[in-house]
Amino acid sequence: MYETILYNVDQGVATITLNRPDSLNAFTKQLNDDVRKAVKQASGDSDVRCIVITGAGRAFCSGQDLKDVGESADFGEVLRNNYHPMVREIERCEKPVIAAVNGVAAGAGFSLALACDFRIASEKSSFIQAFIHIGLVPDAANLYYLPKLIGEAKTMELAVLGDKISAETAQQYGLLTKLVSSDNWEDEVNAFAGRLAAMPTKAIGLIKRSIKASWNITFDEYLEKEAYGQRIAGLTDDFEEGVQAFIDKRKPAFQGK
Amino acid sequence: MSKFEFIETTIIDGVGFIELNRPEVLNAINRGMVSELVSTMKEFDRDDHVKVIVLTGKGRAFAAGADIDEMAQDSPIDLELLDQFAEWDQMLQVKKPVIGAVNGFALGGGFELALSCDMLFATETSQFGFPEVNLGVMPGAGGTQHLTKIMGKKKALEWLWTGEKMSADEAIHYGIVNRLIAPELLIEETMKFAKKVAKQPPLAVRLIKESVDKAVDYPLDEGMKFERKNFYLLFSSEDQTEGMNAFIEKRKPQFKGK
Repeated sequence: MYETILYNVDQGVATITLNRPDSLNAFTKQLNDDVRKAVKQASGDSDVRCIVITGAGRAFCSGQDLKDVGESADFGEVLRNNYHPMVREIERCEKPVIAAVNGVAAGAGFSLALACDFRIASEKSSFIQAFIHIGLVPDAANLYYLPKLIGEAKTMELAVLGDKISAETAQQYGLLTKLVSSDNWEDEVNAFAGRLAAMPTKAIGLIKRSIKASWNITFDEYLEKEAYGQRIAGLTDDFEEGVQAFIDKRKPAFQGK
Repeated sequence: MSKFEFIETTIIDGVGFIELNRPEVLNAINRGMVSELVSTMKEFDRDDHVKVIVLTGKGRAFAAGADIDEMAQDSPIDLELLDQFAEWDQMLQVKKPVIGAVNGFALGGGFELALSCDMLFATETSQFGFPEVNLGVMPGAGGTQHLTKIMGKKKALEWLWTGEKMSADEAIHYGIVNRLIAPELLIEETMKFAKKVAKQPPLAVRLIKESVDKAVDYPLDEGMKFERKNFYLLFSSEDQTEGMNAFIEKRKPQFKGK
């Protein structure tokens, strides 16, 4: 069904593995489309309660495959047709999405990591805004997310200077949830994804809605959204279970409903 | 309680609730549905138990258009003799408030139906549009007129010519919808609002609707005169006496709709 990714669901976690290791998982239109479809599939699958995006081989994702677009291509249309539908699907997704950055995240690969809710990075990983080196600007929503995550000053440095930063530096900037040694890589990613997959999924989705909305709306509009969110959360089975477990002094067993 | 094939109806706390009920075809509007809808609206308009009407669609869509199969083979003369829109136009004669709750798609005839409502509540994921142009035709149940009166000529043409889908954000920006509500709570919040209006003095609500509708079409001078006549008319109502006495006596009014 997918040509350029591996898609696997295990114990509530959908793992999307970018699978073009020979080209360091560079984006082709096919890869953009496969990621979009896989995120959509995971969003619609009630067995899935957490999504992990990672790369096969030594890179996370090296950005656009320049062999897939000619120099004379209309890059505006490439974004509208290939990248924007993909990042919209991730932005819209109401389940927690983790970027498990196993290696270099360059260009649009960096953007992909930014579009996710959490970034866990291997000590072998690095991040680079490669665009400026060929006279282009960061794309695939990169500069929408990055200033919100690390502030304008550091965003300006990374985007304009285009220096590669190590995983340690990324962590200092506040980009990462966790920096993991390569020995424990898979265990740490699985443990974090497993933890999210056992949480009240609907409440996580509602938290995401509120955080994302907060950038674009007034305080009073936000308060109304907050009221909607808490009303919806209060109607879930997981809320009932959470309260009951608290009363019973036991650990809650959330079902994501 | 529903006695209909294509819609479901019920009355809850003064609110006449109508659901389009062909979810398997995203509530595509066929002639039978229009007949049921119009007769229900007329019945609710006469029913003292109903103060406000709420209209929504079952399932994933409000209504994703008209039933194309039904009209694909019709000739102009067939359509003229059938005069199907005459029935549709009667929806605009309803005197009580009609509030649309748009879940999912409101496309083509479904968008026209939504635009025929007095107020619209929708969700952040609702989408609107007139795809008729892509089939070589155009809206025929008031779409070009209602949309232009709301958005203005330039924006209306953009949507009517391209047939593209309008987002909920665009719809609220141009005043096509009143509120965007979380999808899970669309009906609950719409019903809260409808029940609030249902408690208002019905005659005032009714004549306000009539006057506002005139504002859309009348020259200002004519509209002002029309408004004034309705304003005077309300001074012959029991609710006016009760409302003003309650205000002076600092108590809550008890309105009767008389």
